[in-house]
Amino acid sequence: MDIILQVKDLKKYFPVRKGIFSRAMGWVQAVDGVSFTLYPGETLGLVGESGCGKTTVGRCILRLIEPDSGEILFDGENLLKLNRESLRKVRAKLQIIFQDPYSSLNPRMTVKEIIAEPIRNHLSASKGEIQDRVFYLMEKVGLHPEQANRFPHEFSGGQRQRIGIARALALNPKLIICDEPVSALDVSIQAQVINLLIKLQEETGLSYLFIAHDLSVVEHISDRVAVMYLGKIVELAKDTALYTSPKHPYTQALLSAVPFPDPKMKKRRILLQGEIPSPINLPEGCRFYSRCPYRRNFCRESEPELKDIGENHWVSCHFPVGE
Amino acid sequence: MNQEPLLSIKDLRTRFHTYEGVLTAVDGIHLEIYPGETLGVVGESGCGKSVTALSILRLLASPPTKIEGQILFDGNDLLKMSLDEIRRIRGNSISMIFQEPMTSLNPVLTIGEQIAEAIRLHQGLGREAAWEKAVEMLQRVQIPSPRIRARDYPHKLSGGMRQRAMIAMALSCHPRLLLADEPTTALDVTIQAQIVDLMEHLKEEIHTSILLITHNLGLIAEMAKRVVVMYAGKIVEEAPVEDLFFEPLHPYTKGLLESIPWMGRKIREGRKPLQEIPGMVPSLKEMPKGCRFHPRCLTAREICRNEEPPLIVKPPRRVFCWLWI
Repeated sequence: MDIILQVKDLKKYFPVRKGIFSRAMGWVQAVDGVSFTLYPGETLGLVGESGCGKTTVGRCILRLIEPDSGEILFDGENLLKLNRESLRKVRAKLQIIFQDPYSSLNPRMTVKEIIAEPIRNHLSASKGEIQDRVFYLMEKVGLHPEQANRFPHEFSGGQRQRIGIARALALNPKLIICDEPVSALDVSIQAQVINLLIKLQEETGLSYLFIAHDLSVVEHISDRVAVMYLGKIVELAKDTALYTSPKHPYTQALLSAVPFPDPKMKKRRILLQGEIPSPINLPEGCRFYSRCPYRRNFCRESEPELKDIGENHWVSCHFPVGE
Repeated sequence: MNQEPLLSIKDLRTRFHTYEGVLTAVDGIHLEIYPGETLGVVGESGCGKSVTALSILRLLASPPTKIEGQILFDGNDLLKMSLDEIRRIRGNSISMIFQEPMTSLNPVLTIGEQIAEAIRLHQGLGREAAWEKAVEMLQRVQIPSPRIRARDYPHKLSGGMRQRAMIAMALSCHPRLLLADEPTTALDVTIQAQIVDLMEHLKEEIHTSILLITHNLGLIAEMAKRVVVMYAGKIVEEAPVEDLFFEPLHPYTKGLLESIPWMGRKIREGRKPLQEIPGMVPSLKEMPKGCRFHPRCLTAREICRNEEPPLIVKPPRRVFCWLWI
C-alpha cells in the first residue's frame, strides 16, 4: 500500500533553563521516539492527556517546531533534510488546523484574504481565478460567499473553524494535521465540524492526523488510533481493536474514565492513582510504572518497546492486558 | 418528593446593563433543589447556567447587574438579605467551586492559609485549630502529605491538585448546598474520574446537595439525579436523569443527545453522520421571537415563531414546547 506519511523515531527535547546564564538544568522529553505511518485517505487519531506530547508531534511534522532527531517521510521525501524553499513547496500539500479559532486567524484580514493567501503564495493565478476558488471553498465548508469581505471577529467559533478549514483546503492538500479542531466548540457545533471533516475526506481522499483528547470524538472520526503517554506511543491499533480490547493498562484506564451517557449503567472504573509525572528527567523503566495498577518489579528495570502483538495491534507493555 | 426544597428559585431574571443595552442572561427561571440531591444543569455557552449560580450567591457586581425574582434558601430570600447576611452564607452554608482553579485561588496565600481563613471566619475557630482542620480537609480530598502541601502556594500544585484544594475549601464548613460550576472541565479524563469519585464520596459523607453545572452530558448521566436543560437564558426541560436520556421531550435536548459521538456507538452501529443542530446559539442582543430555539428546530411550526411556548407539566417532568400541547 502507498504511504503518505511515515514518522520514524521522532524526538524533541525542550531544555528547562534556570539561573542568570540560562543554563539547561534538565530536559523535557516532549516527544521521545515516536514512530507511525499514515496511509492515503486514512484518519489516524492521536490521543493522550495534556502534556503527553501529541501537539508537539503535529508541529514537528510540519517543522513548526524543529525536531531533534528522527525521520519524517512525506510522500517519500524526508522533510527534515529539506531547505526552506523546498519545505515551503511541500507545505502546500501538508496543512494544519488549529484548536483555537479565535487566535489562529489574522484579525486584520478579511475572510477572503485569509483563504486566498495560500493560493497567492503558491500558485500564479489571476484575481478572478483566486476569487472563484475562494468562493468555491467557502461554499464547500458551508459559508456564504457574501460573507467574504467580513473580518474573523464577526463570526462565531464554529464558523471561524470553517474558515480555518477552507484555508487549509485551498491548495488541495494530501494531509491535514487537525490539532484539537473541535475542543473549543459547543457540542451542537462540534457535530457540524466533525461531519464536515468526514465529508471532505470522502470527497477528496485526503488523510488526517487527528490530534485530540476527547476519546469519543477520536473514535468517531478515526480508522486507527494511537495513544500517547509522556512522549511515547503506548498503544496503536485499529479503532475497533483499541476501543473494545485495549491492551495497555493506560489505554484501559483512559477508556474506563470517560463518562458514559447511560444513567442506569454503573461503570466499573479503573481509577488511576496520582497524576502524570513531570516529563523532566524521567527515570529508567516503563513511564507508566508509577500509576500502573498491574506493575511488577521488572517494569521498573526495563523500558518496554512498541511491539506488534498480532493483527497490527501495537503495544508497549511487558505484560499486555489479557495476553 | 414530599420534602421541603432546600433552595427554591422563583422567576429569576438576571440582567446586565451594558453600553449596548440591557442584556438578559437569565430570563425567568424556576427551579428547586432538595436536601441531599444532585441537580444537573446542562446547556451550551451563553445559556445562562453559570450566571444562575453566580446569582444565587450574589457574586455579580450590581450595578451593572440587576437580579430580580426570589431565591429562597431554607425559606429566606437571598436576594433580600443585607451584604453582611449573605456573606455569612457564602462559603458557610452555600459554597461554590469554579472551573478554573488557578484563577479562583489566591496566588499569594498558601492553600492551607486559604482554607483555614474560611474556617476561622465561619466557624470561629482559633488560628491553630483552623490550621489543623485545614490539613484534615486536605487529607480528606486525598492530597498526599497534606501537612507539607498545606504550605504550598497554588502555582506549585497541578490542575487536579488545585481542584482538590478548592473542593477542600468549599467543603470545609460542611455546606448544605454546593454550587459546582464545570468542576472538571479543565481537567484530563483520568483526573476527572478521580474528582467525580471524590465528590460522590464526600456527598455521602456530609450529605450536601449539589447544583452541578456542566456542558458535559456524560458527567450529568453519572452524577445527577434530576436535570434541568437551559437554552438562551431559559429552562427548556426538566426531568429525572433517566427519563431525560431515554426519552427527551424537547427537540433541543434530543438534538444535544444525538449530536454527541458517544463512545462505542460507531463500533456497534457503524459510522453514521452525527445529528447536527443547524445554526448557532442566538446572541443575547438578538433573541428570536416566540420560542428561542425555533430557528434551529426541525419541528418548528408557525406558532413556535410567534408565541413563547407554554409550560407543560407531566409529573415529574416539565417541558416548554408547543409540540406537547
